[in-house]
Amino acid sequence: MSGTDAGVAIVGGGLVGCMIAYALRQRRRSVIVLERGHVGGESSGVSFGSLRLQGQHEAELPLALRAQALWETIEAETGESVEFRRHGHVHLALDAEQQARLERNARNARAHGLDVTLLDRDEALGRWPFLGGQVVGASFSTRDAVVNPRLVAPAVARAARRLGATIQEGVEIIAAEHDGVRFRLHGRTADGAVRSVTAETLVNAAGAWAGTLAAWFGETIPLFPAGPAELVTEPIPAFVAPVMHVVDGSILFRQTERGNVVIGGHPRMRVDAATRTARVPPDKILTNLARLVALVPRLRAHQVIRSWTGIEGYVEDMMPVLGPSISTPGLFHACAFSGHGLQLGPAAAAAIAELIVEGTTTMPIAPFDIRRFYVSGQPRTLSLAEEFQPDVLAQAAPPSRARPSS
Amino acid sequence: MTRVVVVGAGPAGIAAADVLSRAAVEVTLIDEAERPGGQYHRAPASGLQLDMRRLLDAAHASYAAFHAQAASVCARVDYRPATLVWGVHGRAVHLAARGFAQSVGYDALVLATGATDRVMPLPGWTLPGVFTLGGAQAVLKDQGCLIGRRVVFCGSSPLLYLAAVQYLRAGGKVAAVIDTTRFAEKLRALPDMLAAPGVLGQGLRHMAALKRRGVPILHGATIDAFEGKARVSAVRCTSPDSAPLRVACDAVAYGHGLRPETQLAELAGCTLRFDPVQRVHVPETDPDGRAGHAIYVAGDGGSIGGGQAAAVSGRLAAAAALHDLGLAADVDVAASRASLARLRRFQKGVAAAFRWPGERAAALDDAVILCRCENVTVGEVRAAIALQDGVADVNRAKAATRCGMGRCQGRFCGAGLAEVAAACVGGHDHGRDRLRVQTPIKPLPMALAGDLSP
Repeated sequence: MSGTDAGVAIVGGGLVGCMIAYALRQRRRSVIVLERGHVGGESSGVSFGSLRLQGQHEAELPLALRAQALWETIEAETGESVEFRRHGHVHLALDAEQQARLERNARNARAHGLDVTLLDRDEALGRWPFLGGQVVGASFSTRDAVVNPRLVAPAVARAARRLGATIQEGVEIIAAEHDGVRFRLHGRTADGAVRSVTAETLVNAAGAWAGTLAAWFGETIPLFPAGPAELVTEPIPAFVAPVMHVVDGSILFRQTERGNVVIGGHPRMRVDAATRTARVPPDKILTNLARLVALVPRLRAHQVIRSWTGIEGYVEDMMPVLGPSISTPGLFHACAFSGHGLQLGPAAAAAIAELIVEGTTTMPIAPFDIRRFYVSGQPRTLSLAEEFQPDVLAQAAPPSRARPSS
Repeated sequence: MTRVVVVGAGPAGIAAADVLSRAAVEVTLIDEAERPGGQYHRAPASGLQLDMRRLLDAAHASYAAFHAQAASVCARVDYRPATLVWGVHGRAVHLAARGFAQSVGYDALVLATGATDRVMPLPGWTLPGVFTLGGAQAVLKDQGCLIGRRVVFCGSSPLLYLAAVQYLRAGGKVAAVIDTTRFAEKLRALPDMLAAPGVLGQGLRHMAALKRRGVPILHGATIDAFEGKARVSAVRCTSPDSAPLRVACDAVAYGHGLRPETQLAELAGCTLRFDPVQRVHVPETDPDGRAGHAIYVAGDGGSIGGGQAAAVSGRLAAAAALHDLGLAADVDVAASRASLARLRRFQKGVAAAFRWPGERAAALDDAVILCRCENVTVGEVRAAIALQDGVADVNRAKAATRCGMGRCQGRFCGAGLAEVAAACVGGHDHGRDRLRVQTPIKPLPMALAGDLSP
């Protein structure tokens, strides 16, 4: 297949790339997805599975709400169960400062029309009696949901294929350029065969590796890789329906229908994007287990059976890069999701598809323009130390302020 | 002082710790069991009066010698029984014992983690009363119990004959030995097996003893199903001349040889390679067991070879570790290498004589349970592979189906999964994919977290 020609080439067959392909096929654009490994095989398949609205970054909340509406129809769209469940999320405060944060988040969410209930300590312990005595308050958002990340990207890829998308797995794009008219992509397969693709439009959905693609076109996305620490227990009898999430993210858990308790907990860890290896260190496992059993003492009687992580792409303001390139017409970025790619995915995909087909989008993506990296004084998230281990931040490159030349 | 950590107190681990304990290093010997011995030299639970001399017969001398050596070694080193090594990270092993978690740093790590049974899923293999061969032996040697009153030993392994003889000695009844490899295959493997005539002779004596006691032995049979309602009541099989047979029983000991426990080696960064003779993944090592920087692998965890080979490879691994630390070892390396090569050649013969029936995966009914922890059927895995564009990627199939995602983390279904996946894309010879390992390698109590020590 040397010399495939497509309307739109999407580099990266993660959830976002597959959702963009699906959205483009709904708009009848010819589209090819080029994935180095297999669909959903990197960070898309390994996340905690949260579709979280409350506590979401204020600039992201409008897009997050649009995404949630699309998630609510995902099983009808794909025709498959992806274990979408809307049991709500509970955010917990363990001290007065966290309680203030809960209340701030609730005001912010309500301002965007989200229904969030605040519960005091007694109400929270009455409703979720498995919680330990540390809890001082809770907030409950019924529209927050979960999905099984292992299932969703493959399901969307199949749906996109049914609509006529070409999804090529096992093809790594090693170089790309724009010849003034079309994009030329140079790829190779694991067994060394050369693949080349030309396209009118190019979408950068390359996850933690999206910075490399941007650099081929003279653009800087100050991405750094990090991984979430995920743990899972043996199946245990059902005791909790919503996701439970300490508001600073230090520990969160949910129970699957099979009965396993999935456990997450920040700060995120250092991972190696070059060798694509990522494991949860034993100390991190013990730390998160200690936090969990302090919060839910009854879990002391059970066992954890596996840990995993993945390689996610982050930027320091913890917001995606979504929209057109400023160096190359026809190039669009959909990357740097900073751990929010699962939740934002459907709305991000709709935005990119609309931009490509209609030249404009109704999706609220203004805060995610790549130009924000070229102005000084860009906003940073409140506390990166809460989000990342120090060794992650040590490898994060300082963003360049120079505009690309093109 | 320089610390060498040895994981496993079976024949390989004890041999390695013995050599190391005579050098100027601190030795920490960690074992999951309460008593040394591993599976091969498993000793009865303390307080249990079991006549091991009668049970082991001619093998008792080496058993007694091992335990005398082990008692002396364990007294000389920092011995940690009943301790699970659940992770390796940053030049330290991570332990859990009696509710406590601890990490122990090492300058060299000798992994002597042994092996577990390899099973091919079959209709009825999850019925109560169906045990693995090694499991049947373990309950006998550890607890003095029999798995049933009338037991069928079946599969493909020299352990079939050994375990059946031990059951007879312990007063059990053996309904039949059903061996899935043909006698002709065993004859063809004879030249390799003659590399260790003593071990071969022992095996032949076991066969003869079973015949004398009137135990039916079937070579070259196909096991079709384990039957029963609440518990196994019969083994249904087909003889080499296509006659259907049904052997009544109340328990089954079943297995197709052994599978190395390679999880810690993988976490320590060793490269695993597919051994086409044994048809298992093993850590890549040099002839002395060097498997990476400061990592050494010995015994069945490195290459299925049996107890004798394990002890020799343990001494070699210890000598290699000491050599790399700039220390001398009291080991005749040349003689040990020659002895190990001879024993490995014997095992190559054994692997051919008692073949893993990987090709049987293609014939399995869709309804057969493949992953017993998560109740995933062969058909569900086939459906998932069909959706993978014909790519037999077992980790992907696991993500789609939960096969291998349960308590055992694929230690028991992994071999069958690899064959089912390979059969889907049309090649027994491609059954080489394997499930990736993650920490913890075995279920870890969550309450440990409360007792975390730095």
